[in-house]
Amino acid sequence: MRRHLLRRLAQGVAVLFVVSAVVFAIVHAAPGGPALLNNPDVDPVMAREIERQLGLDDPIPIQYARWLGNAVRGNFGRSYQHGLGTAELLWARIPNTLLLSGTALLLAVVLAVPLGMISAIYRYSALDYVATVTAFLGVSVPVFWLAILLIIVFSVTLGWLPSAGMLTVGLPFSMRDRALHLIMPSIVLATFPLAQLMRYVRSSMVEALAQDYVRTARAKGLPERGVVGRHALRNALIPMVTVLGVLTPRLLGGAVVTETIFAWPGLGRLAVEAAITRDYPVILGATLLVSALVVLSNLITDVLYVVIDPRIALR
Amino acid sequence: MDQTAVLEGGMARDAGAERGVADAWRRFRRNRLAVVAFAYLVIVHGVAALAPWFGLPDPEAMDLLNQFSPPSSEHVLGTDETGRDVLARLVFGARASLAVGLAAMLVAVAVGTALGALSGFCGGWPETAIMRLTDGMLTVPTFFLALLVLAVFGSNIGNVVLVIGLTGWMVVARVVRAEILRALPQEFVVASRALGASEARMLVRHLLPQALPSVIVAATLGVAYAVLTESALSYLGLGVQAPTPTWGNMLSGAQHYVWKSPVLALYPGAAIMLTVLSYNALGDALSDTLDPRHAGS
Repeated sequence: MRRHLLRRLAQGVAVLFVVSAVVFAIVHAAPGGPALLNNPDVDPVMAREIERQLGLDDPIPIQYARWLGNAVRGNFGRSYQHGLGTAELLWARIPNTLLLSGTALLLAVVLAVPLGMISAIYRYSALDYVATVTAFLGVSVPVFWLAILLIIVFSVTLGWLPSAGMLTVGLPFSMRDRALHLIMPSIVLATFPLAQLMRYVRSSMVEALAQDYVRTARAKGLPERGVVGRHALRNALIPMVTVLGVLTPRLLGGAVVTETIFAWPGLGRLAVEAAITRDYPVILGATLLVSALVVLSNLITDVLYVVIDPRIALR
Repeated sequence: MDQTAVLEGGMARDAGAERGVADAWRRFRRNRLAVVAFAYLVIVHGVAALAPWFGLPDPEAMDLLNQFSPPSSEHVLGTDETGRDVLARLVFGARASLAVGLAAMLVAVAVGTALGALSGFCGGWPETAIMRLTDGMLTVPTFFLALLVLAVFGSNIGNVVLVIGLTGWMVVARVVRAEILRALPQEFVVASRALGASEARMLVRHLLPQALPSVIVAATLGVAYAVLTESALSYLGLGVQAPTPTWGNMLSGAQHYVWKSPVLALYPGAAIMLTVLSYNALGDALSDTLDPRHAGS
């Protein structure tokens, strides 16, 4: 068990290492190099001087080693746009992104498991049909369109919910205000993982219910609740945990779009702004940081895996 | 096994394949949703391909005196914030959105098939390296990577296709590798090796065809992913650039006027959703029909 987790940790670190090399290479493959591209109007003599001061005339591997060394210590350089340290910018945004993504993920799991289960138990019923079609719509709808529709209905027409930001300007912070601002973004962000999870829960539940051990459980006279809850569900949840690991990167990708629409000051919106203004240190740092978040969540998934499927611990 | 036996085996397989196609078609037709989805896709692609021949107004022609005009005989769906014809923009937007979706899918399939075949067929360290790369790419939030690449190299249609394709090949690679590993120990592969077929011939003639059904399914679902990603990137202003209309950048324009003209946001979003929905439905149906093991679940 400990060896299994240590191996996964090592793999996660390796992934981060490769990501760092790739993103660094991308930025340095840019024509003219990072300093020049940021401001094409700088005259060539000045540009050389800037490059020398920033160490951009060193060989690429040395630059990479220096950048990586700083990044590991939490120093991502200065933002071209904000003039602030990139790390400060990123740290300020992390809690907001975690709040939004966490709420969305919680919403998705809490709704998807019972809905998928009910769908599987009453397979081919009207209920199952509605749930299946809804899930299908959920994986196909463009999130930003859903967001615009919700804004049209709940902000423009009904005026019930705020359409942007994390708080009402001029009001002191209150939980109620924060919650109201969180409703639409978290629903929008939860839609894809919710629908996808529901489809997986349903199909793995259908599969589990057809297994011999379920028939055995029924044959020995267990009440249906015990059969479904203890025997089928527990086995059906194993593949679901894997899906959760695959969904996290997609969730954080969705957060980019969701945060931009609802003006939610998170990492995703920061990354979009940085991409549009070519603020390389910021977008490099954001990509690395988000990758680290995914690796971390995968490790948590691995621990969950062992809890749900004790066979893993024996390996 | 002598040569004739192999030949007969081959013919038996061909006859089986024919029966398989007829069976698959029958199973496919039973799935109403998939048939409707397929019909919709044929129509949308037809309209997109023939867009210049419908006598529609120029989708990029602005008319600032005619902003937000309601539907009329001249402008069937009305005009947008700069007085451009909404229907024309929808139809021409389909061209860019679908072209990017299909091209990105082709990139993903080409890369995924090459890497999957290489890892399944060679084994050893190339296999380990490729599978690690695949796992890594599945861990990385590729959307951030896409933003970075477009920021560095600029947003044009070619870069958007490449970015979506190069972040979407992982499923294809896994599927191709799995099918090749499944086919390698089978008799017809062993027989062809015994007859002295070259490695390349084995791969192209015997192993890749085994992976074809799964690749078709992955490719169909891949178009849905690509269309959705393109629309998101264009919506953010990092995809296909104005004035070329795509469904994504139409929405990004319409968003600023939801207070004034909410209906503008409805059409392009609905077009994206129906297209993605249809490709997803088609992919699901194909996975049921091409692989009977999945049917009924």
